Amino acid sequence: MASAHTTAVAPEGGYQFYVTEDPHHHDDGEHHHETGTMLGFWIYLMSDCLIFGILFAVYAVLGQSYAAGPSPADLFELDKIALSTAFLLISSITYGFAVINMHQDKQKTMVNWLLITGLFGLGFLVMEVLEFQHLWHLGAGPGASAFLSSFWFLVGTHGLHVTCGAIWLVILLVQVKMHGLTHENKRRIMCLSLFWHFLDLIWIGVFSFVYLTGVLL
Amino acid sequence: MKLRSIFILLCSALALSGCNLVVLNPSGDVAAQQGNLLIYSTVLILIVILPVMALTVYFAWKYRAGNKDATYEPDWDHSVSLEIVIWSVPLAIIVCLAGLTWVSTHRLDPYKSLDRVSASQPIDPNVEPLQIQVVALDWKWLFIYPELNIATVNEVAAITDRPIEFKLTSATVMNAFYIPDMAGMIYTMAGMETELNGVINEPGVYGGLSSQYSGQGFSHMNFDMHVSDQAGFDAWVENVRAEGHELNREAYVKLEEKTVAHPIEYFNGIQTGMWDKILNMCVGDDTLCLNDMMMVDALGGGGIEGLYNRELYRGLCSADDPEALFVMLRPELYARQTEIVAAVNLLPPSSDPTRLNQSNVQAN
Amino acid sequence: MATSSTHIVDHSSEIHWFLGKLNWASFPFLHDPIILATLLGSCLIGAAVVAAVTYYRLWGYLWNEWFTSIDHKKIGIMYMVLGTVMLVRGFADALMMRVHQALASAGYVGFLPPHHYDQIFTVHGVIMIFFVAMPFVTGFMNYVMPLQIGARDVAFPFLNNFSFWLTVSGAILIMLSLFVGEFAATGWLAYPPLSGLTFSPGVGMDYYLWSLNIAGIGTTLSGINLVVTLVKMRAPGMDWMKMPVFCWTTLCTNVLIIGTFPVLSATLALLTADRYLGTHFFTNDMGGSPMMYVNLIWIWGHPEVYILVLPIFGIFSEVVSTFTSKRLFGYTSMVYATCVIMILSYLVWLHHFFTMGAGADVNSFFGITTMIISIPTGAKLFNWLFTMYKGRIRYELPMMWTVAFMLTFTIGGLTGVLLAIPPADHVVHNSLFLIAHFHNVIIGGVVFGIFAGISYWWPKAFGFKMDPFWGKVSFWSWVVGFYFAFMPLYVLGLMGVTRRLSQFEDTIYAVYFVLALLGALMIGIGVLSFVVQIVVSILKREELKDETGDPWGGRTLEWSTTSPPPFYNFAFSPRVYELDTWDHMKKSGYEVPKSGFLPVHMPHYTSSGIIISGLLTVMGFALIWHIMWLAAITFLASVVWGIAHTFNYNRDYYVPADEVAAIEAKRLGSVPAE
Repeated sequence: MASAHTTAVAPEGGYQFYVTEDPHHHDDGEHHHETGTMLGFWIYLMSDCLIFGILFAVYAVLGQSYAAGPSPADLFELDKIALSTAFLLISSITYGFAVINMHQDKQKTMVNWLLITGLFGLGFLVMEVLEFQHLWHLGAGPGASAFLSSFWFLVGTHGLHVTCGAIWLVILLVQVKMHGLTHENKRRIMCLSLFWHFLDLIWIGVFSFVYLTGVLL
Repeated sequence: MKLRSIFILLCSALALSGCNLVVLNPSGDVAAQQGNLLIYSTVLILIVILPVMALTVYFAWKYRAGNKDATYEPDWDHSVSLEIVIWSVPLAIIVCLAGLTWVSTHRLDPYKSLDRVSASQPIDPNVEPLQIQVVALDWKWLFIYPELNIATVNEVAAITDRPIEFKLTSATVMNAFYIPDMAGMIYTMAGMETELNGVINEPGVYGGLSSQYSGQGFSHMNFDMHVSDQAGFDAWVENVRAEGHELNREAYVKLEEKTVAHPIEYFNGIQTGMWDKILNMCVGDDTLCLNDMMMVDALGGGGIEGLYNRELYRGLCSADDPEALFVMLRPELYARQTEIVAAVNLLPPSSDPTRLNQSNVQAN
Repeated sequence: MATSSTHIVDHSSEIHWFLGKLNWASFPFLHDPIILATLLGSCLIGAAVVAAVTYYRLWGYLWNEWFTSIDHKKIGIMYMVLGTVMLVRGFADALMMRVHQALASAGYVGFLPPHHYDQIFTVHGVIMIFFVAMPFVTGFMNYVMPLQIGARDVAFPFLNNFSFWLTVSGAILIMLSLFVGEFAATGWLAYPPLSGLTFSPGVGMDYYLWSLNIAGIGTTLSGINLVVTLVKMRAPGMDWMKMPVFCWTTLCTNVLIIGTFPVLSATLALLTADRYLGTHFFTNDMGGSPMMYVNLIWIWGHPEVYILVLPIFGIFSEVVSTFTSKRLFGYTSMVYATCVIMILSYLVWLHHFFTMGAGADVNSFFGITTMIISIPTGAKLFNWLFTMYKGRIRYELPMMWTVAFMLTFTIGGLTGVLLAIPPADHVVHNSLFLIAHFHNVIIGGVVFGIFAGISYWWPKAFGFKMDPFWGKVSFWSWVVGFYFAFMPLYVLGLMGVTRRLSQFEDTIYAVYFVLALLGALMIGIGVLSFVVQIVVSILKREELKDETGDPWGGRTLEWSTTSPPPFYNFAFSPRVYELDTWDHMKKSGYEVPKSGFLPVHMPHYTSSGIIISGLLTVMGFALIWHIMWLAAITFLASVVWGIAHTFNYNRDYYVPADEVAAIEAKRLGSVPAE
């Protein structure tokens, strides 16, 4: 049986087995391997998403194991949660404005929007800390029941991510201040943007799956 | 079983000191079917494995570089017909095996009551299976015979050709209960009840063990199973009654302590509700039983006060009127109570689905 | 109400504010002669290595050229070194188990107390999977894949270095557990509740958790890195279907890594929380569910098997077609088979616990999905077989390993399908039959493949071949030893002997255990002669020298470079027209451009990876021993260092064109143009 591969015909001018022209010639001296950064970050987010997926699954399994202790209806204050949700959602929108300004190279406006984003993020974190404090004082710590373990871990992991995002935001602001809107900094801002919106998405899951269904059902 | 004897013959030929392949040649019908399944599927898979191995050796020899007579076609890398063969032959075998798997898994489901005593003997509808409750402890086995009101540690007995229904749980970490001569293994897990149905067809003493590593004393966590006719079994029961003492809370708490290579122990009476309490992990006086806890959870949790006063809800499952407790616990959900109580009835581990609605006579 | 928080209180009373749980009793070598001897031995070897490095003034060289290197080739080699060192450790554990079981089954008590024996089988499993098989496989992927796709490095070179050092960090913690404290005595997957605080209050489980927490992050990062490399950095013209099979298997493996290692990290994090924060995910009481852990860990654990074996399938594919001097038969079906295996591997995890009591429907579903995997796997075997057909097989070491693999692996496949039938699994689950099965596929598959790969690519990495004599000694000892060591275990499994036993009441098993011990000793000769082979090869490197860069008549791009390749791999990116590019180039009379060199863009080396990992190692150790002040300091330090690293914008540079020209002139001098 003849091989399918032997029929390949050499291109016109024969095979050019090596790329002899400058690969960086057309792209303003940008570095070729950086095209992978956004993809890599995206894949990282997917792996992070999987971690949250596991935490959601664990919550789904253990979320009704109150160990004869309190249930969501006894613990959650929906109005406050709604407020912190609003904070986080708004921070996502303001981040969007920052990115628009970044694309227009308006560094000052962008920095301002990022600052606003950071403030809303901080507001969210403060609300979350207050909630945890409230639960802790009630005695509903992570060790009180399997439900509370999975709740604290899911919401806490998200909160930890937001904290990291906020720290990252501050660092980025410093770096933008130092180096301006360079290619690297733009890329970093875009990565954080992805991260921030991702956390928003996760929170929407937490809000509807943990808080809303927990209290209303 | 011609195949089986050939297989065993082969194996004995291989073995140096005679071959006691209990898994392939057990004394109980269920294990025998499982062992046969191993042999049949081996044969089935060999249909494809043997030619592959033979061809590997043949090609490896024939196409060695030194053999200049062999054809050499460096660009030959594709053949539709061969591709079809190499995908479809394993597929065909797997389709057969999948059928075998589906049927045998359902037929040999450890939870299913036996439908035959042995290949030649159908089940007698008048004979109830012998009930044995099994608790895995650190590191010993407790066997409770609820009908006979006796219990034993590290020794169990049964009657030839009478089906046995084991209910199993663990008072510690996960273990697996395995009597190779009788039937396959099943895990024992704290707060859960698993089930195993089996039978032994020949009298004798058979070894049993834990086949899931469970800590330091694991290697000694084995026991003997004495199988004899009814008379022999009765004699054994009499002996247990004569030599035993009562399995009450104190005795059980003592039994729960970690011991290695625990000696055989007999109990001639069992405090009522012992099994339920072991299963629900509340043999100690001050703990909330698992079924009560699940009941509270199913009713929407015990509220903030439950964090401090869990004991409040003790006996919920065995109470005369769970509905009254329901009203006490969750007045705001009173409208949906029938629905919720119905859902609660499906909860494990209430082996008796009607238990919730009747007053529990076993309650202390 | 007894909650786990009371356990923590119980323990905190013993925790010293400065030393945590550490005290004199933490050092087992003070009362255990076996460990003392091991410690002395390790100290001697360690001291000898340190002395040699110091004497030859190599510290600077090692630090500047290796530890801080972000060259994928050097990192690949360092992974291989890590794997080799840990293989010796893991094998020593195996040998101790075999000796102990042989003694114990013959009526002696054996020389290990249960608590020690239990740690040994746990650490053996953990080391062999996480710190032998994984580093070897990752090392191959790191070294070979970028060369095969014609890239200059991986997508994120720093991340690659960091991943490696995180893996080392986990390995160091495991090794420390031998001399400071203890290791987990739970079995390699540490099922709760046995691994929970109630039943394992010691530091052993904490070693397990922190070691794998840290190493697991490294593996995930490395997975992301290699996938992006494959997606973004293939040479021009290399479509997906022109990628070498090894690259395909690398891709599938890394997708699996990204899809499963987060599950492992999350699961172990939950178990860590149970032990450190008093949560109730996997406890018996307060609503926890230990069975959930078993599910979660196997959702990682089963794909992990394929993470190990897929790249090995890739290695065999490369070896077979090279040493038969023939195209690989059925490239397309090989690729699809790999992808199918990748997807199916997610759908079979429950076959590891058929005996948990799930219903017949669930069990048969997972049994059948498991069997279905054997179809693409079988197709792969047939493909290798028909690659040999009408070939010219040269029996160099890699090919010998391949044939041994094809014969051995099929047996493992057979027993694997048997175990996939739930009722049959009910009688052999957890038995030595199971042990024999997975060693059959892991040794017969993964380990044989690792040795095939090492002897295949060694000349590429170092410029000289491996010594064939000691290679053959190692080969025959491994193969024969394997059959002696594990065939008796199949029989024992059928005799109803379960795994992890340290004591036996019956002596009828002794013959088989002694046979298995003999086999293990033979494998021991194999391990030793592998080490000897490396030493002898280095000593005889002039004799074994390969000037061509292509000693085997290779078919893929890595063989188009010199051996070892220049640090930038390719002065000119290769352009790909066909599968088996290098073979095609050789046949079409390729010409290497001799002028017109361009500056090569390369990343700077950095010490951040090793420093942050070092800090995290100390943090792990501090957490294990509850030395909280140290944990806090090292954690903060690693974060600060990481942040500081992002302030470095000067990460790369251009190798000037004339330097490239000079290197290439040397290279062109040594590679004869066709």
